Order: sequence, then C-alpha cells, then structure tokens
Amino acid sequence: MPAVEVKNLVKKYGSQDAVKGISFSINEGEIFGLIGPNGAGKTTTLRVLSTLLSINGGSVSILGHDLSKHAGEIRKLISYLPEDAGAYKNLSGRAYLQFIANFFDSKEVQGMVKKGIEITNLGTRIDDRVDTYSKGMMRRLLVGRALMTNPKLAILDEPTSGLDVINAQEIRKLVKTTAQSGTTVLLSSHNMLEVEYLCDRIALISDGKIVEEGKPKTLMEKYKARNIEEVFIRTVHE
Amino acid sequence: MSGLGNITKKEIRELLTPATFVPIILVALIFATMGNSIQGIQEQSTAPPTIGVITEDNSTLGIAASTLLHTSAKTVYNSTSASDLKTGIEAVTEHNGVAVIVIPKNFTERIIKGQQGTLQIYWIMKGAGLLDTISSSAVESLIAYINTNISKELITQNSSVNASFVLSPTKRIETTYFKDREFVGISPNTISGMLSSQSLLIPIVMMMIIIMAGSIVITSMALEKENKTLETLLTLPVKRTSIVSGKIIAAAFIGLILAVIYMVGMQFYFSGFQMTGGVNLASYGLALTSGDFIWIGVSLFLALIAGLSLCMLLGTFAKNYKSAQTLTFPITMLAMIPMFITMFADYETLPIAVKIFTFAIPFSHPMMAPRALLFHDYTLVIGGIVYIAVFALVTISIVVWVFKTDRLLTGTTKFKWLKPLIRRRH
Repeated sequence: MPAVEVKNLVKKYGSQDAVKGISFSINEGEIFGLIGPNGAGKTTTLRVLSTLLSINGGSVSILGHDLSKHAGEIRKLISYLPEDAGAYKNLSGRAYLQFIANFFDSKEVQGMVKKGIEITNLGTRIDDRVDTYSKGMMRRLLVGRALMTNPKLAILDEPTSGLDVINAQEIRKLVKTTAQSGTTVLLSSHNMLEVEYLCDRIALISDGKIVEEGKPKTLMEKYKARNIEEVFIRTVHE
Repeated sequence: MSGLGNITKKEIRELLTPATFVPIILVALIFATMGNSIQGIQEQSTAPPTIGVITEDNSTLGIAASTLLHTSAKTVYNSTSASDLKTGIEAVTEHNGVAVIVIPKNFTERIIKGQQGTLQIYWIMKGAGLLDTISSSAVESLIAYINTNISKELITQNSSVNASFVLSPTKRIETTYFKDREFVGISPNTISGMLSSQSLLIPIVMMMIIIMAGSIVITSMALEKENKTLETLLTLPVKRTSIVSGKIIAAAFIGLILAVIYMVGMQFYFSGFQMTGGVNLASYGLALTSGDFIWIGVSLFLALIAGLSLCMLLGTFAKNYKSAQTLTFPITMLAMIPMFITMFADYETLPIAVKIFTFAIPFSHPMMAPRALLFHDYTLVIGGIVYIAVFALVTISIVVWVFKTDRLLTGTTKFKWLKPLIRRRH
C-alpha cells in the first residue's frame, strides 16, 4: 500500500483552478519531490495533503486514511513544514519544541523534545527566545519541530529555503537520514541540485498539472539532460 | 511629477481606504444619532410636565400655589380632596404624567404661623435612568418656584420675619411609586442617583474586560497569521474546538486580571467622588441577595464568553496586526453603546427599536442585570442569560466551522462588504 495516493486532485480558489486533476503516489520510506515554477500548484498540493485545505475533486489517501473523512487521524501521523513558517516569538526554542510535543503522546514528549534539540543543533541558544534567532537558526528549529515527532509522513515545503550552503546541506542530510529510518518524505523545492540529491522520485508540476514523473536519473536519460534543471526547463518551459 | 508630489499621491492612495473611513463614519453616525436623541429629550424637558393637583387649602397661599402649578404645568387631574388621591395617581399615570401634588388644608395656616407649609408629592417614576428623571426635575423646579414666590409674598407682607424660614417656607413630603413599589420619603432623583452610583461599576468592568480581552483574542489570531504559526498549529493533532476554546479561555483569564488591576485604580477614583448622607436603598428593600449576585456572575461570564467568541470570529478575518486593530473597533463600540444606554436610560422606558437593539448586544445583559434584579425582574435577567448563552454557542460553532474551512488560511469570504476592511494595507 502506498503511503500517499492522490487521484485526480482538483483544488480551486474561487473560480481559479490551482490544481487541475493531478495524480501521483508515494511509497513508504520514499523521498518524493514536487517540482515546478512559482504558482504551479506545489504549495497548494502540499497544503491539501497536510489537511489544511479541502479538495474540490478527486481523492487523497494518506497512510490508508481518506483525507476528506479522517483528517484528524492523518494529523497524528504527519508533520508539515510550511515554506515561510514561523515560531512563537515569545518562547525559547526549547519551550517551542515542548509546546509542540505536548500535542502528542505524553509518554513520548521528553524523547521528542530531546530529539528536536539534537536536530536543531542550536547548542545553548536553544534556551534563547525565538525572536533572537537568525533565519538559519529559525529554519533549523522548524525542521527539528517537524521531524522530532517521528512522523510517518513528513511534508516539507522548501525545507532549505533561505538557508546558506552549510545549513542547507545539514538539513538535506537530516531529511535523508529521516527517510532511511522509515519516514516517507514529500518535499517541494526550487533547488534542482537538492532534488537530484534527495529525491527517489520526482513529479514536475506546471499550471496545476503534472507534466512529468519518474526517477531523476530516468528523467535525465529520457530528456538527454545533464541534470534535473535541464529536464525542468524542457518539460515546463518548452 | 516632483518627488514630493509623487510621495504625497502614493500616501493618500494608501490612506484612502474603507478601513480608515468606515470606523470614523460609524462613530460620526452614532454620535449624530445620540445627539438627535438628546435633542429630543431636551425638547421634552422644556415642555411643561404633566401633573395632577389636589388643592385642599382654599386660602390665599394654597390657591396661589395651585394657580402656579396650573399655569406652569399641564394639569390632567384636578381635585379638592385628598381622598381622591388614588384616582388622581391613576389619571396621571394614564397620561404618562410625573406626579400628583397635594396642597393640604393647613398649608396657608402653617406658613402664616411661621411653620413650613407642607406639599405632598406623589411621584410616578417610569425609569431609573438619568434621562428618565428629567420630567421630575421639571416638577422640582416648579416646587422651588412656588417656594420663591411665597418667600417674596412673605417679605412683602412683613419685612421682620425669620430669615431662614422665609427662604424656605415650604417643605416636601414625598412618596415615589416605581415598578409597583412605594418609596415613602424619597424622590425619583434620589432613587435614580443611588441606583446609578450602585450599578455604574458593572458596565465599566464589562466594557473594560471586553475591550481588553477582545483585543487580545483578535490580535492573537492576527499574530498567528502574521508570524506564520497558524498553519503549523492547524496540522497538529488537536481539535479545532480545543484551539478556539483555548484561545477564548486564555483571553478571558488575562482580561479578568487586567480588569481587576483597572478596577483597583477605578475604585480609588470613585472613592474621591463618593456622596455622603446618601439614602440606604436596602431599607426600601432594594438590595441584592447572594442569589442575585450569582445571576449577575453567570450573566457576566456568559457575556464575556459571547464577546470573546465574537472577537474570535472577527479575528479569523484579521490577516495581520494592522487589520486586527481595525477589527477591534466594532467590539469597542458594542461594549460602549450598552454602557451609555444603561447609564442614561432605563431599559423599560426605551423606544421599542432601541430596546431590541440593546437586547441584541450580549454585553447589555450583565449591565442591566443588577437594576433588574433589585426590582425582581427575573424575566429580563434569565431571558438575557438564555440569549447570550445561545449567542455564544452559535458564535463558537461558526468560529469552529471557519476553522474547519479554507477561509481561515485563504481569507476568502462571501461577505463582499467585509473584504475592504480585511485587506488593510498588507
């Protein structure tokens, strides 16, 4: 059974079609990348899968649960990292992780917080207020928050957005390790190198439709491209 | 275009938004309406009061006083026997009048003997609001006028009379009828003043809690959106009702603390103005029992929950801190309007449209409850409690529904009129 199964998903904002009947599936433990230009429908798709938005057509099944009927159950199993997420500024990093962990099984709270602190790698700064953090520190805190809960499915929207090379590389390693431990990862990214490095499979989305899907290597061979960036340009812009 | 002109044009375009003007236009409309109402009341106060006169004394001063009353007031009942008092009160009540004034047999005789002549005044009190006592003030002016005229007469007749007596040749024995009760020796102005001073605290507390806690809730929702924490919160395994209730409970708690701090200051402020020698209303049976305080507490608590759920609903429309500031305006107005209404008027005497409007505002009920309970008007209090409980439940249900829809994140609303207010200069 696939971890995620999306069939003919349609999402509209008023009269505007944001997602126009896309279908894809993600296997358990797989890192799946959703790639496309700005406004293609990536974030909308991720928001739908994160139970934030309702659907106007089609069906979505996550870890065996129908999204339209069992959103509450799905929230226990997933973790979502929005692209421009923030944290509560008046809390310390540790207090923020504690606040999030408290929503989960009380027996696992301390373990989650410990894991979150390790992932963030913020050292003593974990006890400082969040509003004193740099952008990189904030992103690391949020990645820590997203992965500490041991989700079955991690939905990461631009996980390395706005990070410097070193921080970005650390987070990529983290995502890879997380997937190796059994978590299914669905991510979106503008960084084609990142996609190539991380993803087992990718889907290229443009104007609300999936225009290509497959393993990065297979797609590069198919389009006789040297990298995913060239595949992206050929499928989306040509 | 010059740099100055270019910047000025851009600034004006940014400031010329409905969000800037709608609140000010609403305030202007409210003040205009209040002004019209006050003008109407002023016109009413300049009109001669409607009274009944029973003149038992047919001697000079009695007849003079009676004539003065007839010429300066609209007399709807006239008699020469105090035994007709009951009929007189009924007639004046029927004509929406203010009082029946009895000039007893010995009125002239006592004054001539150097003793104060007694005027018996039977007040028919309609409402306990400050504006309700305008008519009785007009009658009090008439009595003062009678007093002055008799003083002049006495001085003209005998210049060697006792000064303190001649300045106050009459005295009043008053009885007030209000809400099927008889208050012997007390005037409507005194009752109204005492009731107002006793029930002033709750409207102010209510208003402050609502404004403070309401602003907390709306700003909290706006900050969740502005700081981009809402999306994370909504994907966590927590029920929407828990998120809504948690925010309301926290705001109510903080609002109560702020209100207590505020009230400590207000208590000192009011103690500086406390009247001495006031009438003890408890001796007239006008005292709140412990049961009444429970009713007030329930009403206050439910109104707070209703108010905060309304703020929560408004907060779902707030996109950032700026728009949250705009959205606190309707709540502030909703808290202030009933405060002024209950301060100046009695719910019973309000025009039907204003009555419905006042009843519809949940914050009105705890403000009206103390006065209603003093007069055992449980229908208004319990009816109000049921109404605000239903109001709170419906509003919380709507908020939870909004939390379950895309509207919270996408900001889409079917209410087109609300859109310009929400889209405030992001």
